[in-house]
Amino acid sequence: MTAVSPTPRLNREARLAAQEKLPERSFLARNKFLFLRRLSQAGVFALFLTGPLFGVKIAEGTIASSMTLKVLPLTDPLMLLQMLAARHWPEGLALLGAAIVAIFYALVSGRAYCSWVCPINPVTDLAFWLREKLGFQAKGWQPKPETRFWVLAMVLVVSGVTGTIAWELVNPITHAFRVVVFGATASLTFVVAVFLFDLLVARRGWCSHLCPVGAFYGLLGSGALVKVSTHHRAACDHCMDCYAVCPEPHVISPALEGAKKGNSPIISSADCTTCGRCIDVCDRGVFRFTHRFDASETTTVPTVRSNCSGETP
Amino acid sequence: MASADKKTDGLLSPERRKALETTLRGIAGVGVAGALIATYERSAEAMPTQALRPPGALADERAFLSACVRCGLCVRACPWNTLKLADLGDHVATGTPYYVARKVPCEMCEDIPCVKACPTGALDHALVDINKAKMGTAVLVDEENCLNFLGLRCDVCYRDCPVIDKALTLEMESNPRTHKHAIFRPTVHAKDCTGCGKCEKSCVLEEAAIKVLPLRVARGELGHHYRLGWEEYQKNQGPLIKDVIDLPDRAPNDVTPPSGVPDAPPIIDPTKLGKGWKP
Repeated sequence: MTAVSPTPRLNREARLAAQEKLPERSFLARNKFLFLRRLSQAGVFALFLTGPLFGVKIAEGTIASSMTLKVLPLTDPLMLLQMLAARHWPEGLALLGAAIVAIFYALVSGRAYCSWVCPINPVTDLAFWLREKLGFQAKGWQPKPETRFWVLAMVLVVSGVTGTIAWELVNPITHAFRVVVFGATASLTFVVAVFLFDLLVARRGWCSHLCPVGAFYGLLGSGALVKVSTHHRAACDHCMDCYAVCPEPHVISPALEGAKKGNSPIISSADCTTCGRCIDVCDRGVFRFTHRFDASETTTVPTVRSNCSGETP
Repeated sequence: MASADKKTDGLLSPERRKALETTLRGIAGVGVAGALIATYERSAEAMPTQALRPPGALADERAFLSACVRCGLCVRACPWNTLKLADLGDHVATGTPYYVARKVPCEMCEDIPCVKACPTGALDHALVDINKAKMGTAVLVDEENCLNFLGLRCDVCYRDCPVIDKALTLEMESNPRTHKHAIFRPTVHAKDCTGCGKCEKSCVLEEAAIKVLPLRVARGELGHHYRLGWEEYQKNQGPLIKDVIDLPDRAPNDVTPPSGVPDAPPIIDPTKLGKGWKP
């Protein structure tokens, strides 16, 4: 099956230039989830910074392990796995914290960690945005998306072999966190390294191909509830905007192009980061957030190209 | 794929060969990365001697690095801003907590908030009495510059010691420079020293003459099979080996050999050397 329609890609500007009757969508509407995500990512930092900056302690620690309002312990479950691989049995606090985090992401959406919480996401998004702005054509080095699972296995093996949480020496996520929350300025090196890697070496290289943390949360959330659905895929005009903007574009086609094969409109791949960017950019209202059991879809194909709210020109 | 791959060599179809190649490439690349991380980790285990771990830190550095998730909760719990999370270039495993006694020593909080905050037990929750902490041990490293050794009465390290008269005592001896004054020698007793670093911080010299060193650097260790004869004699209420001939001890005239303990070092008569001194 050809995943992608042969229709040449028409971006929004081209279609507007072609006088297509597309609904007017405000800048805000076209970036709603992007703004919400940036708010969420900044909010995570804000919770940790109110203590050092204003003396109001809300969350303490880092993204590796934290204590919120002195009652809610949270621990990265991957950190716990590495600890166990390194043969240390932790105190109950870390076990409880890891259980809470694991249950949350397993239920809600594993890779929501990547798109809504992880501090590296804005960094690699910036690199991607700059690539587009600078008109970089070559994708650069593109390792298989599965490579990240090998990296994940490597991280656990290295923990086992060295008997330490060795990955934490290089993990750009916690480095980024310590840069902001603990002022560890030299740790910025690893953050900049990831940025340059994504900008100059590999398009979407880190988050979509190599990051073991994302791989772990993907596995963790393989049965998660929150999903994006291509519920109005009948309205799709193959403009490719969603593919262009999606950090994991391979997750879209089985749902979007799967009507003929009888596929569910739900984007079911655990690689989907539920970032909602496809919902933002789609002018035809193909995508929406829903839960994994909602296979409903709107099959009416608009005869005259119209917006999804039913307005006809 | 290349045309050579179209020919099945009897074992592998071109598809399987390609899949195998991809897998091998992945394993090789990731394996090299893993080896590099492991090597980096090994070098990160070596710490400079001035870097001290918080109270209760698992004594073996590797054990500590198996447990510490670099969350910084201990750093936040420390009311004295003693603890710091290692940044890149600090030569301490990145993100792990440490302190430098000469900058900010450990104030030995009785409730040990840093240990309580540790979610993983990298700081051992079994430590409930801060006086039992072993962050390191003080060593008077430079007798030639210590003011007390020069015959002056500085005493600052001694006065500042939270475990005064146990961990740090002043031992009086004759000053050989004048033959009539005394030297009050600051003497560390490692059994009671927590390694907090107050002495090193308070040392008035440009560079401290007394320093807290990690136990791995500061302490020797007896052979595990070693037995101290005089202790065994006490425990056993007599010699361990029966029928040993106790030869007469030879000693100068003014020392009295202890009675009944064979081969024990002679005890020097304290009355002949001046009185013991207490501050």
